[in-house]
Amino acid sequence: MKPGAPTIDPLVKVEDIHTYYGKSHILHGVSLEVGHGEVVGLLGRNGVGKSTTLKAIVGIVQPSRGQVLFEGRTITGLPTHRVARIGIGYVPEDRRIFPLLTVMENLRTGLDRHGVDAARKQVLLDKAYTYFPVLAERRSQAGGTLSGGEQQMLAIARAMMLEPKIILLDEPTEGLMPRMVSQIREIIDVLNRENVAVLLVEQNVPLTLEASRRVYILEKGVVRHHAMAADLRVDDAVIHQYLGV
Amino acid sequence: MLDQILIQTVNGIVTGMILALVASGLTLIFGIMDVVNFAHGELFMLGAYVGVLTLAATGNFWLALITATLLIALLGAVIHVTILRPLLGRDPLTTILATFGLSLVLQNYALWQFGPVARKIAEPFSGHFSLFYLDYPWYRLVIALLSGAIIGALWLFLKFGTYGIWIRATTQDRVMAQAMGIPVPLVLTAVFAIGSGMAAASGVLFGPLVGVTYIMGLDWILKAFIVVVVGGMGNLGGSIAASILISLLESYASLWVSPAQAVIVSFVALILTLLFRPTGLFVPTRR
Repeated sequence: MKPGAPTIDPLVKVEDIHTYYGKSHILHGVSLEVGHGEVVGLLGRNGVGKSTTLKAIVGIVQPSRGQVLFEGRTITGLPTHRVARIGIGYVPEDRRIFPLLTVMENLRTGLDRHGVDAARKQVLLDKAYTYFPVLAERRSQAGGTLSGGEQQMLAIARAMMLEPKIILLDEPTEGLMPRMVSQIREIIDVLNRENVAVLLVEQNVPLTLEASRRVYILEKGVVRHHAMAADLRVDDAVIHQYLGV
Repeated sequence: MLDQILIQTVNGIVTGMILALVASGLTLIFGIMDVVNFAHGELFMLGAYVGVLTLAATGNFWLALITATLLIALLGAVIHVTILRPLLGRDPLTTILATFGLSLVLQNYALWQFGPVARKIAEPFSGHFSLFYLDYPWYRLVIALLSGAIIGALWLFLKFGTYGIWIRATTQDRVMAQAMGIPVPLVLTAVFAIGSGMAAASGVLFGPLVGVTYIMGLDWILKAFIVVVVGGMGNLGGSIAASILISLLESYASLWVSPAQAVIVSFVALILTLLFRPTGLFVPTRR
């Protein structure tokens, strides 16, 4: 149950959060941590509250109990736009590209903030266009006209414009072609190299175990298991038990 | 006959541009905030009164126009923060009732404050040019141009400005806009303020043509709502096109029937639109 190396000074710490959707109790006290620059996987079957956990971190869903800490300060109850500005990027499950904004305008939603001068903006844009050349080609095309994979890349690039310290990725490979999946995998490595932490929610178990350092397994709104990804790669009984794959 | 048609075309376009200015504020508020603002006509009326007072104090029409726009924009921001923001996320019906209630309050405030007698705003200049057998006032053409300029500026702002992108992103996905760090509550307040300011500007511009009364908002708001529906709810370009179309139709109709009866044309257009293109005439059909 105890993983090898818990982070000493976590970037994000979720402490015993409970959430309700109407009357149904979704999260029954989820606790987890993500260290600086660490990639952490969050696995579990459909409907166990993985997406809700991410939403609770960014403040789209307000936990009724428990708290979320970012760099040691509590951010529970902070409006979502403030959470985004302090360095938490969010890439939701359905990507949620602004369909009528162009690719460039989609990026500008994260880029045009106070304290970012023109030179810095250009650096960030160049970086996004280097990682995702297809976005450069389509920069004046409406977001809604992109393919699923391109939209996923735009969603990640858009979150990167906030210069976040952590990006929450909700099922980034869902419904993508294998070639796109490996591109997403590469991007997670790139983020990792740039010391951006990633909290990765996925159904794709092999990819998650490969990309993450630690993994939490969620079942019925609680963390049932917590392990180093490397250990789970060797011993997949746990994976069988909780995920049935 | 031809001369009459031409004159009515000019009239229709002039009225259409003012209507477009009123309606674009309304459609902006609806399209972005999902708020059907029944108090829009009263903001138009209060704008005209602020214009009357400023004009009386300073004698400068343009100063009156700017003062009214800014003051009513500020009032709009206050209305949004105190009345509409608390209703965010509730049934849309609650905002309809709230703005309708507000319109009654503002109307009766104006009646109490300014009385039932119409006030006059003098035209800023009184030149005429001859249009066939008519002396056509330059001022009418100027208001059409000014309305066009204000709408054009709004369009440029929405299209290219950072805040324009924020506003459009908020329209398309409010939650995601917040997740990108856009201060959505502030954006909504700003949009309501801009819409209110535009209503006030049209009130001042139109004041010299009709006289300022506490119920002057009623006629315009009704027409603006027709235009917003015919043009497609929340569609700025559609509202402008519909404003001009409806005003032209009414102008032409008044060649044969009295202007009071010509209004019927608008309602016929509304009913036909609702029957055959309920999403609006100028909305590109979506999948």
